[in-house]
Amino acid sequence: MTTIRQVHDDIPGTMLFDSRAARKGYALNKMCYSFNDKANRDAFVADEAAYCARYGLNAEQRQAIAERDVLKLLAAGGNAYYLAKFAGIFGLDMQDIGAQQTGMSKEAFKAKLVAARDH
Amino acid sequence: MAEIIGSFYTSHVPAIGGAIAKGQQAAPYWKPFFDAFPPVRGWITAARPDIAVVVYNDHGLNFFLDKMPTFAVGAAPEYRNADEGWGIPQVAPFQGNEDLSWHLVESLVAADFDIVTCQEMFVDHAFSLPMALLWPDQRWPVRVVPVCVNTVLFPLPSAARCWKLGQAIGQAIQNWDSDARVVVMGTGGLSHQLEGERAGHINKAYDQRFLDSLSGDPTWVTRQSINDIVREVGTQGVELLNWLVARAAMPGAVKEVHRTYHIPISNTAAAVVALEARH
Repeated sequence: MTTIRQVHDDIPGTMLFDSRAARKGYALNKMCYSFNDKANRDAFVADEAAYCARYGLNAEQRQAIAERDVLKLLAAGGNAYYLAKFAGIFGLDMQDIGAQQTGMSKEAFKAKLVAARDH
Repeated sequence: MAEIIGSFYTSHVPAIGGAIAKGQQAAPYWKPFFDAFPPVRGWITAARPDIAVVVYNDHGLNFFLDKMPTFAVGAAPEYRNADEGWGIPQVAPFQGNEDLSWHLVESLVAADFDIVTCQEMFVDHAFSLPMALLWPDQRWPVRVVPVCVNTVLFPLPSAARCWKLGQAIGQAIQNWDSDARVVVMGTGGLSHQLEGERAGHINKAYDQRFLDSLSGDPTWVTRQSINDIVREVGTQGVELLNWLVARAAMPGAVKEVHRTYHIPISNTAAAVVALEARH
């Protein structure tokens, strides 16, 4: 029997949210999913460490949360759609997130988006 | 028998909801996108749909990774939006059409689509924003049937499979014993990628080709793998699968009655298209 896995690593700067990330990041993503509820967002803000412990985050995930480091959160198995709820707690928009991941200023990142009109 | 009057497609970026909440539709940043809607509203008002079948992807409001259906169909009397984590105002509830929902469920399973049926279902911005863009007073003149496609957790359904699902939806609507007029909607895209070092990826040339294909060569995308599509349009650009399902539901020839393409809103190449059914 041949096993066919939809796993690809050939797109530069891109991690597909496949079985590897889903297995690694389940606790982290479940915590971020809980942020749909304002009461949970408030509980996180009141005591981050206790909230992370309640969801069973591992050391890598807890550190990435503490540092608000999106690339580390992705490496720890985070999914962009659930992480967006985490970013929302701090009022960050997608240009803040994009700038952080690409090492650009927010203004430079926004200029890069606009420049795509001319490509 | 029910009639498919046309299909409508739009990007569904959450920031659109923020712009609506703040009344920024005429601001220079937003105007090129919102300007698409007055003519589209004229078209859809004249087309008088009774029901909207809305093909979209959930971003973690109704579905979490504990249970992630590849395809899900709503069969609820009412659908509500809810806080997705950003605390922006929610839109008015949507009234379902349970008769069409169950007809779709029965028809799709009979056609070998192993869908998930949802008698309770929250609908997120990917559903609510396109509705609010078409009907800004949020007094919805249509009943709705949500069709949710997994574009979150890989493996995703192939483009070819999404096309076949759309065809089966279109056939089911046309076989439904009703005089209802139905519009099919596909939401999301076009090219964008939120995460990773490639965040901010936009591919205008591919998007333009895709938009052209909707009229001239609608199965163009079905000849591409999911990996190829993601490479071209980004990890969230793959939401064009929702467009593909909606396009495949169209019964025959189509006429493009509207197209807007604008870079960027938020991190996204935004597009709005209306296709009329030519009977």
